[in-house]
Amino acid sequence: MGTNVDTGAKELLDHKYPSTLESVDIAEAEILKAAEEAGFDEDEQHRIGMAVRECMVNAVVHGNRYNRNKQVHVIVALDSGRFTIRIIDQGEGFEVQEVPDPLHENNLLRHSGRGLFLMGAFMDDMKVRKVSPSGTEVTLVKNVAPRE
Amino acid sequence: MSVKIDTRKVGDVTVVDVSGRITLGEGSSALRDVLRDLTAQGNKKILLNLSEVSYIDSSGIGELVSGFTSVSNGGGTLKLLGLTKRVKDLLQITKLYTVFDVHEEEAHAIRSF
Repeated sequence: MGTNVDTGAKELLDHKYPSTLESVDIAEAEILKAAEEAGFDEDEQHRIGMAVRECMVNAVVHGNRYNRNKQVHVIVALDSGRFTIRIIDQGEGFEVQEVPDPLHENNLLRHSGRGLFLMGAFMDDMKVRKVSPSGTEVTLVKNVAPRE
Repeated sequence: MSVKIDTRKVGDVTVVDVSGRITLGEGSSALRDVLRDLTAQGNKKILLNLSEVSYIDSSGIGELVSGFTSVSNGGGTLKLLGLTKRVKDLLQITKLYTVFDVHEEEAHAIRSF
């Protein structure tokens, strides 16, 4: 994998991580390094880091269920001012619309279920789709502000 | 550093000083264990000092909520002290800021119990 010259997209990271919590920390650190190089300030890096951590935890814990035989594929690219992170697990997948709204008053005091919401809150765009033969791909996008 | 947790007594209030990161794994489980032990020991007034907490993820938020619920169910009160801007923002966007009784000054928080 390398730079995609057809679209002008610059690939910053393409790596497959084992399904461990250590991978969450490593992926977060590597993506934050890429975000810093892309020009995001400290606050934006923090938001990107939060979203990546939530997504990686979902992939490792809920998707791959810590299965050592499964990996989490992370691809980061910068394309037309869009810092795009794709995180793909090999789990059974899930229906986004079936995830309870964590802001609903009945769910406010639930122990879990805020990860997807936080990803969407911290990024400019988020897409979730099932992939074949099995797994979930989450695409997180943060727009790069024009330099002054 | 993941997380460091110390407890101290100020009158009849137990202050829990937390520093570091409250994230899935060691951080969130350590907080869960401390709050569970304090509740089991009969502590009814617990002030969670988060002024040195640099980072909380959704798992950490879950532990705050679970701690709040379990202390309340046991007839006690759990309050928060010293939120950093990022932690405050996180509680606000998850609509939890108004669920907790949040204080900025320890002396004021102690008197509020």
